[in-house]
Amino acid sequence: MLVNNFLILGAVLFSIGVYGVIARKNAVLVLMSIELILNSVNINLLAFDRINGTQDGAVFALYIIAIAAAEVGVGLAMVLLIFRNRKTIALDDLSEMKG
Amino acid sequence: MLLASDIEVAQNIGFYLIAAVMVLGAINVVRSSNVVHAALSLVAVMGGAAAQYLLLSAEFVAVTQVLVYIGAVMVLFLFGVMLTRAKLGKDIDLNNKGGAAIGAPVALLLFGVMAYVLIKGFEDDRIVTSGDEAIGSTATLSDKIFSLYALPFWALSFVLLAAVIGAIVLARKD
Repeated sequence: MLVNNFLILGAVLFSIGVYGVIARKNAVLVLMSIELILNSVNINLLAFDRINGTQDGAVFALYIIAIAAAEVGVGLAMVLLIFRNRKTIALDDLSEMKG
Repeated sequence: MLLASDIEVAQNIGFYLIAAVMVLGAINVVRSSNVVHAALSLVAVMGGAAAQYLLLSAEFVAVTQVLVYIGAVMVLFLFGVMLTRAKLGKDIDLNNKGGAAIGAPVALLLFGVMAYVLIKGFEDDRIVTSGDEAIGSTATLSDKIFSLYALPFWALSFVLLAAVIGAIVLARKD
């Protein structure tokens, strides 16, 4: 199979994830878009791994999965905290740090 | 000469079917006006990704993807949706005003640049299905993790510990 099949699929998912991060206002949905981006990177890593015929990309992909799990845990804890204090998780309401 | 075994018809049909499901699911994740539907579309994308890992003969990563993402992360997301009392039906207030007008050009430009570079760079390279290491073997993978990549593995366990403690501290009520 062409390696470009997988790489272009990764690029499509990455772009959709970036669109979601920009266009979404709800914090949980922004976190979901970030998961899309991380998944596309994993597909790319495994495709590059198969170009070389080694297993290093699979190791990186496993580490990224672990990091993503940690990120979602902390991210959702922060979202819960914001919801408890502000009664909303709309990201454009959190503008105190705007200059 | 192009041999029939080089075209790999079955793998290609499987790839394109799964890829179509993944792309449609991803679009639904970023466009849906229902938070729960977006979360369930994300399950489709992640399951499709696991299937693509199998096509890339990375069996251990595929199983881990199903366990960690579909098993754990999605439950976490659904809890997040529930605890922030999102509306369970249609909710029009999920998108930024004018977000689509900015996001669509940025995403299209990004995709254009990446697709151009990838097609230029990897013209018709093929994935290797035979190499000096046993392809996709979990034994080789674990040898790598616990020898060459042992230090990052340790660092990762500290990151996970810190994340767990941090999440408890942040979300605790008092």
